[in-house]
Amino acid sequence: MNIRHHVSDELLMGYASGTLEEGWRLAVATHLALCPNCRARLNLMENTAGELLENISPLPVETSSFDRLKERIRTEVIAASVSPRQPTSFAKVDSPPIIPEPLRSYLGGDLTELKWKSLGRGAYHIPIKLADRSTTARLLRIPAGKPVPEHSHGGRELTLVLSGSFNDGELVFARGDLEEADASVQHQPLATPGQDCICLAVTDAPLRFRSWIMRLLQPVLGI
Amino acid sequence: MIQEAGGTVTGAMETIRAISATAIPDIPFARTRPVAPVQRGRQKKRGRMIEPAGELTKDEACSLLEAVGRDGDIESFETLFRYYGPRVKAYMARLTRDPNVAEELMQEVMITVWNKAGQFEATRGNAGTWIFTIARNLRIDVYRKNRRPDFDVNDPAFVTEDAKSAENALAERQDAARLKKAMKNLPQEQIQLLTLSFFDDCSHSTIANKLNLPLGTVKSRIRLAFARLRAALEDGK
Repeated sequence: MNIRHHVSDELLMGYASGTLEEGWRLAVATHLALCPNCRARLNLMENTAGELLENISPLPVETSSFDRLKERIRTEVIAASVSPRQPTSFAKVDSPPIIPEPLRSYLGGDLTELKWKSLGRGAYHIPIKLADRSTTARLLRIPAGKPVPEHSHGGRELTLVLSGSFNDGELVFARGDLEEADASVQHQPLATPGQDCICLAVTDAPLRFRSWIMRLLQPVLGI
Repeated sequence: MIQEAGGTVTGAMETIRAISATAIPDIPFARTRPVAPVQRGRQKKRGRMIEPAGELTKDEACSLLEAVGRDGDIESFETLFRYYGPRVKAYMARLTRDPNVAEELMQEVMITVWNKAGQFEATRGNAGTWIFTIARNLRIDVYRKNRRPDFDVNDPAFVTEDAKSAENALAERQDAARLKKAMKNLPQEQIQLLTLSFFDDCSHSTIANKLNLPLGTVKSRIRLAFARLRAALEDGK
């Protein structure tokens, strides 16, 4: 796989420090599953944070603290450490799933198992349930070769391609590529002819309707 | 239900952020007072407080963690606790500002370290990083109360690098030593930005406001910091 569009330093630092809201985190984590290059960058960031932790001014801890801990170790049933990982049930399938974790669990299955909701004119989507309401996530299937009107938008948008590809100006986004767009971006995405483009799209929730995803669907929906 | 919990948590986070915005807290690598050397085995009691342990090399920390994972060795765990406990507590205190809450969170982190020590890969050699990720994950779980989507290295769709060899493991240990050295040489302003990002949950724009810097400057300093660290790691190869 040849990923050309990677996660930005700022988003990756948010991931490393644990500050990303669920929707952004879902997109970044799924990109990371496909991109060893960005995992190496994440590794550097986490090592940096680990080094900062080594050098933080320590806070005194009461002497009773370790005794309490020992007491807990003695009495608590260790549930977490003894449950070995259950291998996922893909043993019978020859080819690996198209959609990697963590997204596959959010969708409840791989591409072939999904129930798409039609948006008309060949476009489909699946809204993704998030516990956090500040972001909105959905899986989109854009018909091959479908043009999208030029537009700009108000908030951040992340688009992760899982299958097929889209063009945005000179740029091509294919499997694993992550497009990060903000208010300053004017763009005209276009699903590449020949194959439908399936992507994860995450937006700021309040800006849902102003997002390019909805605009992208406007010609499809006829609104 | 989730929504309600989320609302409360957001409120708490805002309060915490407002409090932490009033003062720029201590920066790592700017330590002024010396700390006591690490005590092996039984802790030395001084009053009611454990003196934070001062030095523990990466190799020592890895061996101790291995001993905990392999043998459930409580003395090794105690040495780790004396070193990391006060540091994890300090990390937690950067967000909560309440020493009791910081203490409880530290206890949770250390019990997780005890329970999961068997999963630590000593060959990849970075106990500090491993403990940081445990502490960070707990912070997400406690403060955000959201699901914490993560990639899964055992997923058949996970794209791996070329197989890791023993040589790579050695390289990673050397990297850890080089990174430590490189961070000592980073300008204080870059350390400060990294600290605000990793420990104080600040976005780049929050940092810009806090330090009264243009956003572009914040971004470029952070980019510069990682470029220097990356270059230091590549120099050794």
